[in-house]
Amino acid sequence: MDSNFPELIESREIRGTIDDGFNWVVIEFGEALEIAFLPVLRFLNSIENALLWLPWYLVVLLLALFAYQATRSAKFAGGTIVMLFLTGLFGMWEPAMATIALMLVATLLAVIVGIPLGIAMSRSNVFQGILTPVLDIMQTLPIFVYLIPFVMLFGPGKIPALLATIVFAVPPVIRLTNLGIRQVDREVMEAVVAFGATPRQRLFSVQIPLALPTIMAGINQTTMMSLSMVVIASMIGAGGLGYQVLQGIQRLEVSRGLLAGIAIVFLAVIFDRVAQAYGRKMQQHLHLQK
Amino acid sequence: MSETPSKISVKEIYKIFGPDPASVLERVRAGASKSEILNETGHTVGLRDVSLEIRPGETFVIMGLSGSGKSTLIRHFNLLIEPTAGHILVDGHDVVDMGTEELRDLRRHRMSMVFQRFALLPHKTVLENAVYGLKVAGIDKSEAEQRAREQIELVGLGGFENQYPSQLSGGMQQRVGLARALATQSEILLMDEAFSALDPLIRNDMQGQLLELQQTLHKTIVFITHDLDEALRLGDHIAILKDGALSQVGTAEEILMDPADDYVARFVRDVNRSRVITVGSIVSESRALRLSEVNPQSVAAGMEETGQRAIYVVDEDNRPIGAADEQVFTRVDGSSPVRPEHLHEPATVTTDMVIEEMLPTMATRDYPLAVVDHDGRFLGTVSRRDTVSELVPRATEPEAAMAEAGAPGGR
Repeated sequence: MDSNFPELIESREIRGTIDDGFNWVVIEFGEALEIAFLPVLRFLNSIENALLWLPWYLVVLLLALFAYQATRSAKFAGGTIVMLFLTGLFGMWEPAMATIALMLVATLLAVIVGIPLGIAMSRSNVFQGILTPVLDIMQTLPIFVYLIPFVMLFGPGKIPALLATIVFAVPPVIRLTNLGIRQVDREVMEAVVAFGATPRQRLFSVQIPLALPTIMAGINQTTMMSLSMVVIASMIGAGGLGYQVLQGIQRLEVSRGLLAGIAIVFLAVIFDRVAQAYGRKMQQHLHLQK
Repeated sequence: MSETPSKISVKEIYKIFGPDPASVLERVRAGASKSEILNETGHTVGLRDVSLEIRPGETFVIMGLSGSGKSTLIRHFNLLIEPTAGHILVDGHDVVDMGTEELRDLRRHRMSMVFQRFALLPHKTVLENAVYGLKVAGIDKSEAEQRAREQIELVGLGGFENQYPSQLSGGMQQRVGLARALATQSEILLMDEAFSALDPLIRNDMQGQLLELQQTLHKTIVFITHDLDEALRLGDHIAILKDGALSQVGTAEEILMDPADDYVARFVRDVNRSRVITVGSIVSESRALRLSEVNPQSVAAGMEETGQRAIYVVDEDNRPIGAADEQVFTRVDGSSPVRPEHLHEPATVTTDMVIEEMLPTMATRDYPLAVVDHDGRFLGTVSRRDTVSELVPRATEPEAAMAEAGAPGGR
């Protein structure tokens, strides 16, 4: 009877059209895109190689110093050493370094793309109206859906993994840059205009500095999201800790999945704390706390 | 009022907020009320037919309660808000017609603004805040800093240059706001409820400081306030706004002595009138005697004529030398002439004193005070009765008001 939704159009045909269209894109532009992203791949590889080339204890020490410099907490720096040491003990050193490299590059690129988009969004209500639903879709669309087109364009490997990670992780930094700028005290902005500041002067002397703590919160979220995506992206050849989890699933090895999972948690804790501490420092530096 | 050209003249400004202000402008011009317009079209009438003439070097206060449109009005001067209709001329140039560059130039060099909530840049030091207007205008850094330091010194914040706004009290923050506005050396200062967010004591200090600064700087100041006492203290002229329209424009004394409507009258009812009304407006012209004319008959006649308890005696230059009543004649015997030392010593006040300043003198004399001009020449007297009846708001004393209307008005 009516339990089936009537087939008003040929959905198979639509799918066919989409697939054909995308195939055309892949054939036409695939190679060009691959070449275009070659520098990114080299950059990523060089970071990963550097992390693996350095003696492990130096990496541990450097990350601990980095953690101490951000948080000013000897306890947390000590914790960082222990967590990284355990990661190595679990036999997860190499994949962990690959994951860190991918996460850092993805976050960096997301910030480079995201902040200008956020600024543009804060300046135009029309652009905000257009971009907001796009960002909503980017964040709600199941992650695996991104993977398909990127794999088709680039083939399995680090570049599609990196791009899928950026697409997934960039929304918070865009949103919070926009929010931070829009939240700048109306009267302060009015004062700046009343003293004859140009739009550029307003942006650089007031809006961005005052939005920085909010932007930092966005960068923090982006970091965490790229870490979580890096794991999933290992399915399309990103390698790293995610690949260990994947192998654990495929081989039904609870231990491998668990240990890799714990290493991921360690990295998340370290980078989350560091990013948060930077956000707070920024706020203090700007004398925004009352 | 029109001898000196206006520094700023506001000509028939209308401001209507809403999706299509132009569409309801004609109805507002025709006199439709604020609530009519709101209910029928969804537009809010912000300002209605406001015209003002502000002279160079004066402090012009725009006063009104919240929602009267005063903050909207002041934002028209530097075009933070654009009018729906009307013009604002600054030194004869219409701000509304200015292009981006010209407007920016106006904001940088000719008009600066002080804000109610200070609107300082929280991430910059006192010095960096004070220098902001100059930096934006592209003035050489060392010169800009030097100018900013001078202004910081002037507002009494020397030594705080490297502090951040959050480390300062409200009053100090507003001094930074003032220094920032003064540093651009613009001739016009817009002050939007600049002291309203401060404690009463600090507010009082700041008012005093502004008056003091103004004596040397002679800026054209447009000052917005909801506080009548502040308006009366600071304003050379005061405009009273109600529901976006002007109720009255005049000097403090004009507004107090002759409120244009009930709204203004209610506003001024609780004012300490003794601080505003000057001796000049309550003086009664009365005859004074020359020393040679003083005799029991002339004194008695004079006292009867004026209804006062003594009559003033002046010298050849019309300067009061004393006051005579019957007691004088108990001190001299009938035949010898009256000499100055026989008289009560003269108690003189000048026309530009406010009543409050005159009261101490009045309290210690039981005869009228002599009112003199700046050269010390006798103009008339002021009695306790006249003083008291002027201090009582006229709404409650219609008869006194009638009597007052007949009295000569000084100056």
